[in-house]
Amino acid sequence: MSIDNSIVRKVGKLAKIKIKESEEKKLIDELNNILGWVDELKKVDTEGVEPMLSVFNESMNMREDKSDSKFSNDLITKNSPEKKAGFFVVPKVVE
Amino acid sequence: MTDFSTIDITEAKKLLSQKKITATELTEFFIKQIEEKQDLNCFITKTFDTALKMAKRSDEKIQNGSDIGLLEGIPIGMKDLFCTDGVKTTAGSKILENFVPFYESTVSQNLWRNGAIMLGKTNMDEFAMGSANTTSFFGNVLNPIRSDDQKDLVPGGSSGGSASAVASGQCFAATGSDTGGSIRQPASFCGLVGLKPTYGRCSRFGMVAFASSLDQAGPITKTVSDAALMLQSMCSYDEKDSTSSKKLIPNFSDYKKFDLKGKKIGLPKEYIIDGLNEEIKKKFDHCVNVFRDCGAELIDISLPHTNYALPTYYIIAPAEASANLARYDGVRYGLRENSENLDDLYQITRASGFGDEVKRRLIIGTYVLSAGYYDAYYLKALKVRQLISNDFKYAFEKCDLILTPTTPNVAFPIGEKQSDPLEMYLNDVLTVPASLAGLPAISVSAGNNNKNLPIGMQIIGKPFEEISVLAAGSAIESSKEEK
Repeated sequence: MSIDNSIVRKVGKLAKIKIKESEEKKLIDELNNILGWVDELKKVDTEGVEPMLSVFNESMNMREDKSDSKFSNDLITKNSPEKKAGFFVVPKVVE
Repeated sequence: MTDFSTIDITEAKKLLSQKKITATELTEFFIKQIEEKQDLNCFITKTFDTALKMAKRSDEKIQNGSDIGLLEGIPIGMKDLFCTDGVKTTAGSKILENFVPFYESTVSQNLWRNGAIMLGKTNMDEFAMGSANTTSFFGNVLNPIRSDDQKDLVPGGSSGGSASAVASGQCFAATGSDTGGSIRQPASFCGLVGLKPTYGRCSRFGMVAFASSLDQAGPITKTVSDAALMLQSMCSYDEKDSTSSKKLIPNFSDYKKFDLKGKKIGLPKEYIIDGLNEEIKKKFDHCVNVFRDCGAELIDISLPHTNYALPTYYIIAPAEASANLARYDGVRYGLRENSENLDDLYQITRASGFGDEVKRRLIIGTYVLSAGYYDAYYLKALKVRQLISNDFKYAFEKCDLILTPTTPNVAFPIGEKQSDPLEMYLNDVLTVPASLAGLPAISVSAGNNNKNLPIGMQIIGKPFEEISVLAAGSAIESSKEEK
């Protein structure tokens, strides 16, 4: 499996990162290099091994499902590049 | 002005309690040091006014003899991925260049509650992705230590600003975060002590996330004794972090009472890799003798999946990062590049806000999680992670602690290992396995090579046994002093 132009464009879209055409070639080479190296893992026999999602093995707390936000809308939108009346503003997405 | 750069926290605490010095004097000294050593580029944001206010409060407490915290009056640096209320927090990235949190991370909150003083926010690799502090949007950090041929060296990464600041006497200690070696490797390159506690010891709340199943905060200090004090002040059970541990937090300074006699130290044959620097091997052998002299028993062990740890890490960490960093969308905070189209806004904001290494990892992470590749890469890596973790489990049935070098090489000149990402990744080959297994590990300087560059040794312990790790680190530290 190796990455080519169409894959890198597709993955760029999934990752929501615009990749310039001029950057593609270098990125493809680097990614293939890295993937070739992680392909090492194929040699490991993992038959019957459970995937390890976390090293944490204590039971997690359940909390009551209630809001406890002490932050105002003004505070929450404070760092937003564009806001209006306590809301985030994005370009129009509906016709 | 007295030179406070030669003493550690443990000594400063004594002088403060004897009222021979004040927190304000200490703070003024370090502010001067930071101003004089700007060329090392250790700090992204300086908070001198806050520091002097905090110092004044500490002095009042010490004067009144009430409510004195464990680190009362001790000036420190805060890695710039711990959110600090009202103080810019960038994670070394352009995308967070102007981000000012309105809440405090639990780790920094704990430190302030214990009386520590914030001098500023330390430089770091962008989103903690790097091993040389060369990926920060705010520029490279230099190692204060120079080789005999006078080249500028990297401080290691990602906590490079923290390590360089402590090593150059700009603060007593600094916080770091370690995902694959980001505390231990820079500590090793700068001749310091770096402690990554067990996963779950320190709360991740308010810590800018990189790879959540691996990220863990810890201290970078001059001495082992200071590392115990810093960790004590940083960790707590925190209901705001679902993987925060409820295990009892011991008095970490009790490591001083921990006897290494009769303890079994494992020497993993897989870590003495081909191409391991000769002088590092020599220091490793020296440490073996130190433990023998302490009455510990040295035993050969095997961690057979060690070779697979780094490729496993470079699937899991980017995969988790691709999810964590999805939040930088140009809408809620951080940089925005404007467009009439929302999807385009996301794409151009992220293309412009992230640096090359971060983008590379986000693309890799997205790829290994995408349909058709998930099983072959991500799921496979999770299974190998289990095998790596099992290696340690079996090894710790035979031994109490594991000794390895921290890095395969010493600090290298700035500009090296930049052309091929893989070359940079190899820096973490000896620190990544303990991260994947969530184990506590410390790096302690075992002395210098013939060019006067520090060599770090790593001690890995059983889960939640930081005390024995500190005790073993202390044995290496004192053997260095004797020479």
